[in-house]
Amino acid sequence: MIDSVLPGRGDAFPSPTEDARVAPLAVERRGLVGFLATVDHKRIGIRYIVTGFAFFVLGGTLAGLMRLQLAVPENGLIGPDRYNQIFTMHGTTMMFLFAVPIMASMAVYLVPLMLGTRNIAFPRMVAYSYWVYVIGGAMLYVAFLLDVGPDAGWFSYVPLAGPQYGVGKRSDFWAQLITFTEVSGLLVAVAIVTTTFRLRAPGMTIERIPLFVWAMLANMFMTMAAMPSVMSASTALILDRLVGTHFFNPAEGGDPLLWQHLFWFFGHPEVYMIFVPALGIVSAIVPTFARRTQFGYPAMVISLVATGFLSFALWVHHMFATAIPDMGKGFFTAASMVIAIPTAVQLFCWIATLWTGRVVLRTPLWWILGFFFILVLGGLTGLMLASVPLDYQIHDTYFVVAHLHYVLIGGAVFPLFGGFYYWFPKATGRMLDERLGRWNFWLFFIGFNVAFFPMHVLGLWGMPRRIYTYSAAMGWGTLNLVATLGALLIVTSVALFIVNVARSLRSGEKAGADPWGGETLEWRLPSPPAFGNLQSIPVVTSRSPMWSPEGIAGEVRGLASQPVEVLVTSGLDAHPDHRLSMPSPTLWPFVAAIFTSIMFIGSIFTPWAVVWGTIPIVVAMTAWFWPKRGEVRRNRALEKAPRLEDA
Amino acid sequence: MTRRAGRVRALAAGAASLAVAAAALAAPAQSALDPAGPQAAHIHSLWHLMLAMCALVFVLVVAAAWIAVLRHRDRAGGAPELGDDPGRDRRLTRNVGLATAASAVGLLALVVASVATDRALAGLPHEDALHVEITGHQWWWEVRYDDKDASKVFDTANEIHIPVGRTVALTLKADDVIHSFWVPNLHGKKDLIPGRTNTTMLRADAPGVYRGQCAEFCGYQHAWMGLLVVADPPDEYARWEDAQRATPPEPTDATIAEGRRVFESTTCAMCHAVQGTRANARRAPDLTHLASRRTLAAVALDNTPGNLAAWVQDPQRFKPGSNMPPVQLPPEQLGPLLAFLGSLK
Repeated sequence: MIDSVLPGRGDAFPSPTEDARVAPLAVERRGLVGFLATVDHKRIGIRYIVTGFAFFVLGGTLAGLMRLQLAVPENGLIGPDRYNQIFTMHGTTMMFLFAVPIMASMAVYLVPLMLGTRNIAFPRMVAYSYWVYVIGGAMLYVAFLLDVGPDAGWFSYVPLAGPQYGVGKRSDFWAQLITFTEVSGLLVAVAIVTTTFRLRAPGMTIERIPLFVWAMLANMFMTMAAMPSVMSASTALILDRLVGTHFFNPAEGGDPLLWQHLFWFFGHPEVYMIFVPALGIVSAIVPTFARRTQFGYPAMVISLVATGFLSFALWVHHMFATAIPDMGKGFFTAASMVIAIPTAVQLFCWIATLWTGRVVLRTPLWWILGFFFILVLGGLTGLMLASVPLDYQIHDTYFVVAHLHYVLIGGAVFPLFGGFYYWFPKATGRMLDERLGRWNFWLFFIGFNVAFFPMHVLGLWGMPRRIYTYSAAMGWGTLNLVATLGALLIVTSVALFIVNVARSLRSGEKAGADPWGGETLEWRLPSPPAFGNLQSIPVVTSRSPMWSPEGIAGEVRGLASQPVEVLVTSGLDAHPDHRLSMPSPTLWPFVAAIFTSIMFIGSIFTPWAVVWGTIPIVVAMTAWFWPKRGEVRRNRALEKAPRLEDA
Repeated sequence: MTRRAGRVRALAAGAASLAVAAAALAAPAQSALDPAGPQAAHIHSLWHLMLAMCALVFVLVVAAAWIAVLRHRDRAGGAPELGDDPGRDRRLTRNVGLATAASAVGLLALVVASVATDRALAGLPHEDALHVEITGHQWWWEVRYDDKDASKVFDTANEIHIPVGRTVALTLKADDVIHSFWVPNLHGKKDLIPGRTNTTMLRADAPGVYRGQCAEFCGYQHAWMGLLVVADPPDEYARWEDAQRATPPEPTDATIAEGRRVFESTTCAMCHAVQGTRANARRAPDLTHLASRRTLAAVALDNTPGNLAAWVQDPQRFKPGSNMPPVQLPPEQLGPLLAFLGSLK
């Protein structure tokens, strides 16, 4: 067992594992019922992350199939019908079932720990959101296996996805998956925002919130602002398909471009909903391995928030080829370029932090360095796509495929893997192997560049996206073969990661509470943190509570542990406000999610499912929210100000 | 340290050799990097400017990050530092501020260059432009040459001839789903959207055959929805135009006459048109001068008698999901039909 790979000033505190203050509040119920009923943010967060990763593997497998099909010209491995389903499933999986939810689930797991509280706000709602998400994803894959997988692209442009050309139920499954993922995404957003504003440890004023949490906060506000747009779009699509409305039918006064505007008004911020949380992960890892606090905290926060706002002003750059008025083109070009500035500011601040720090080069930091390399390249090709004339040539070609994978894999998957290596010891109590970690990183980094860099050239050479094959005469064969070989390296790398996780879970080196010498509060807890996280709530006096000598001034005691009580603090200054009992574990969110899913899936086939399907949902939710007399009485009795012992 | 520097050099060498290998490959059939007209040339210059600026920024940022990591390595991992050194932080603030200002200036330059290029694209002289209307279908291109004189209007498909040196104004429409017209050697793409009419202008400055392809995902056969733009010298173009306007003569050969009867009386005539015959449906490519075209099935196949026979009998083998049904005729009908199609010069 290692107490610490890197010493932190937090070592001045008694070892948390021996500290009664952080012992489990109670033993949580195990077994199947305990599994289904849990409202612990850590259990929900981990299952969310594991599920998201499983979808990453599925989506990656589909990508591998596409690379095999494209490896040589005029390949007969996969026909157009299956290929169209595969690339639609790949994009849909990676965007809706992997990238966005896994970032949110990192927040579900980490935000309460970093803020020094006992649970996430609205934990039953978060449990419900998980079940809705996993059932929605399962529905999509069952449809795919039954050959009714969506085949109109992850962007589902009408009229191709509309009632006239998108025959069968394929696009309905796609549209309904959107409903599933949006419901779960919005609920998590509400929970994270509330947790951040009201459940911070006392003293953690707004200028002491960790940058990771700021990133998640910006992300969740973006989620709440962007998702209604795609919700209305996909609902209109379902109505066009199911009950014959004409939102998108030009023959009846509808407009196919309306779909594009609504979709990209969501779709572009969505890219940033994947990227902004990743920035938070980078801001958590860089200071730890530079052994100094992040330089330019205010600039970092302003940049995160500015990125959030600006991300809503770019959507038209996906539509330049549809013919946009000149003023509009100029505006959206400028906006698309301006958003590079907040990202550049953060990049410069990280470099400044590393420049003046004393760098410890461990696996998590390797992934962040990979992120620098790949993201900067992807960001620069993004500037090219923002330019209207250049976009006319490279839009919808393999250049865009290269660009988007550089920003999404480089900008999100690399930091995410860094985050996995960084927080795995916290979540499991065991270290991931460093040697395998380096192999994992280098194979991914080299494989990624071999797979995706040639695609820039292919795009300029005229290779459009979403084609299931191409003629040998086009001259695209060699680079496609190279790209496929790169993809195989990535597959090997991800397999190594899974091996690494499996080995570490069984026999990995034991991690102490704070193996990296981290800066934020999650490192104060034992690894893995016990149920309920902590007995007493720390009083925070610094942005780096684990590093600053007086970072934790004292502790708030006297919160009930059965049921779990949390300390609610004020939004800006984090003054103690009142105590709140967290809801107890219950099966009702699970049951309600089942009924919700039945209604959603039923409405693919008949509009009456909405009518009759709502009834069991109402029953389940009524049972869920039904007040229990004993709980109400106890809460009334406990409504008194908490006692600050040491502050 | 040296081992690491060696690794960097090896990486750089690897990237460089990859780039060289890519450049050494055969010239592709359609390319934005090989402009043959003013529109593609404007965009090509902008590409060079952007590539140069972006490459410079990339090298600077990656080098700065790498140096930052290598400057003070700390293998053991010392106690963390709270970073309160006012002098150093002032210096960092100044440097980050300068870098940000430089980025802003660079971005402004790119915006200006981009808008200027867009204006140049719009400024193509078009007083005596040739007007061509293109309608996108799943999965072929309907082409109509417009003229003030209605008797001079003619239709063709998938192969567009244009005169070298003369601006062509394209009117873009879609019949079913969204498509995108893209001939990279001549110009960037523009979408064809149901219910809307778009326009674009291009010009070829050198004779040649420029391949294009649908660039907006449009269903099963998106991959094989190609087209050819054939830029002819003006006199040659005029001859082609005259030939296209001509109605095919009444067949004198008995086999061809029989083939025409088969064409008119079987499923062919339900979708296709041939001027001067009773077949005048517009659901599929106009075949009036089929034999004069270079390719079949939207550039999927070379136009040879063998390919034509194979395509007519089993189009799904070449383009699964295509709207063309297999034509199963007895040999005594198929032979004349193919002869008739082959006669449509």
